[in-house]
Amino acid sequence: MSDPVLRPNTYAQPDARGRFGDFGGLYVPETLMPLVLELTQAWQDAKNDPAFWAEFHSLLKHFVGRPSPLYFAERLTEHHGGAKIYFKREELNHTGAHKINNCIGQILLAKRMGRTRIIAETGAGQHGVASATVCAKFDLPLVVYMGAKDVERQAPNVFRMKLMGAEVTPVTSGAGTLKDALNEALRDWVTNVHNTYYMIGTAAGMHPYPEMVRDFQSVIGKETREQILEMEGRLPDAVIACVGGGSNAIGMFYPFIDYDTVKLVGVEASGHGLDVYNGHAASLNGGRPGVLHGNRTYLLQDEDGQILEGHSISAGLDYPGIGPEHAYLHEIKRAQYVTCTDEEALEAFSLTSRLEGIIPALESSHAIAKVGDLARQVGKGGIVVLNLSGRGDKDIATVAKHMGEKNGSALS
Amino acid sequence: MSIARIDKRFADLKAHNKSAFIAYIMAGDPDLETTFEILKGLPAAGADLIELGFPFSDPMAEGPTIQHAAERSLAAGTKLRDVFMLVKRFREIDQDTPIILMGYMNPVDFLGYERFAQSAAEAGADGLIVVDCPPEEADALSDALDANDIALIRLATPTTDDSRLLTLVKRTRGFIYYVSVAGVTGVKSVDADAIAEAVSKVRDAANLPVAVGFGIRTPESAASVARIADAAVVGSALVDEIKTSLLENTPSSVKVLEKAAILAQAVHQARD
Repeated sequence: MSDPVLRPNTYAQPDARGRFGDFGGLYVPETLMPLVLELTQAWQDAKNDPAFWAEFHSLLKHFVGRPSPLYFAERLTEHHGGAKIYFKREELNHTGAHKINNCIGQILLAKRMGRTRIIAETGAGQHGVASATVCAKFDLPLVVYMGAKDVERQAPNVFRMKLMGAEVTPVTSGAGTLKDALNEALRDWVTNVHNTYYMIGTAAGMHPYPEMVRDFQSVIGKETREQILEMEGRLPDAVIACVGGGSNAIGMFYPFIDYDTVKLVGVEASGHGLDVYNGHAASLNGGRPGVLHGNRTYLLQDEDGQILEGHSISAGLDYPGIGPEHAYLHEIKRAQYVTCTDEEALEAFSLTSRLEGIIPALESSHAIAKVGDLARQVGKGGIVVLNLSGRGDKDIATVAKHMGEKNGSALS
Repeated sequence: MSIARIDKRFADLKAHNKSAFIAYIMAGDPDLETTFEILKGLPAAGADLIELGFPFSDPMAEGPTIQHAAERSLAAGTKLRDVFMLVKRFREIDQDTPIILMGYMNPVDFLGYERFAQSAAEAGADGLIVVDCPPEEADALSDALDANDIALIRLATPTTDDSRLLTLVKRTRGFIYYVSVAGVTGVKSVDADAIAEAVSKVRDAANLPVAVGFGIRTPESAASVARIADAAVVGSALVDEIKTSLLENTPSSVKVLEKAAILAQAVHQARD
């Protein structure tokens, strides 16, 4: 396998220090530094080892079920009356989301490094479930840190993790959500440096995670490129994906960065609205650069540099930061980042269910909510690919509750 | 004064063959006036240097005790400017006891390195510890601090090997902080015998005094550290007194200062 990751020619990020322009880097306590540097070295070695990638791709094929289909969403296309809309069906992967791609890569790296214990953080539980899946398969003990609030509102995923043998530790510090789960995972790592591998779930955190997670997830964009060439004989005019930490989006964007004709669009969660203080999770559109969880990136923060909790109806987008490469793509204007409110995402959730017979995750629904605008902008004869990053079964209780509150009954 | 104040304090103690007692408290925990009362009383209680924490919403290297202290401080509305004001008020009554500010990168970054360094110097602070800023990311901050005569104090840890140590000691001033256990603050306990060799290695490499902290909770462990290190840092055990005083509804400053006095005595008598 010559080039397992489809790398752009005109773009070499990050640099050796883990920087994407001004973003990224290595802001960790000194106790972790030797470990992180060791991890960086192990990743460099693995990246250049064809056997590593062969095993990765074999597992993606036989265990995850890749390649995921590229599907023409005909009725949604008709509904919007613009460019053709294709769905990259990441929701059909084993465990129901793109998260598993990254977990396969990282578990292979953890084994390569001889680690005997895995830790992970999770918000909605998708990364927790994907981690539990690979840890069961590779017979490694896993501790998942999950905000106490999220444990409560994502009970089915907690049960799935436990079923596969993971220990789920509710985090009560701070506000008990994803960022606090990340803090607690880092505290565990600093305490158990010698045997523990930290499996971060998104393209954020300290170097080398943003690069490594991107490379594992870029299988999404690589397949999309091959599939669209086969189906349409040309590249799309635009790709679109939701962005929390940003791993599904960067996985879609990265193999297209070289192609200036392909517009890259990320959709941030604007929750109750961008103008509502602490009421959204749009780090790029409503935050400022700062340092959190090991990297410099855009953050939701107050006037004294304290991190805000933020809000999104989607637990997977409810994070006050964003991967550093998105911060960079935003600054150099290679990618464009728009926003979507809770209400708009809920409408898209229902619309897609009715029109396409696909129940999308609330996270992916944010991208779907904005694909209409994009399709009309590109216009008839154009092609837009949307990354359908996860399935919505996990969200039906949340959505039913919301619909019930709004209409007086769950379905009218 | 600033870095000279730190150097002088360590030189004086060394001349008397004593280790320093460094007391850590969180600014604004549970409120700014209580912190000021504690600061005022600490030198008399035997604190040779003071580490004054500034709160951060996401303190990823802290155990529960100091996490809760930060939460109490933020709930009381503590801002960075209030922390500088505390230092300024302390400096009006004490010109000899070094104050080291300690916290996380984002509040420093948000204010700007230059403004932070200037404000700290104007208030009368002498050093800064930033938990999540390794040497790889510290050059610009070091420049700003150097220009304002504030010492950037680095941490060495049980995971630090010889080559890493050489990276760490560059641009470290005042003293070097040896984190005695791999872990968060206030949870594991220090074993002085086990770290003696590491401490002297760090001292040789840095050619600076070595303060040991992270796992010292009792007078006995403080004394054992004082025998091998140039300073013993106690944080969580003091902050615990604030929590207890809040539960008992007794004055926090009295409880903290009583505890500090006991620990200081153990440190100062350790080599007698």
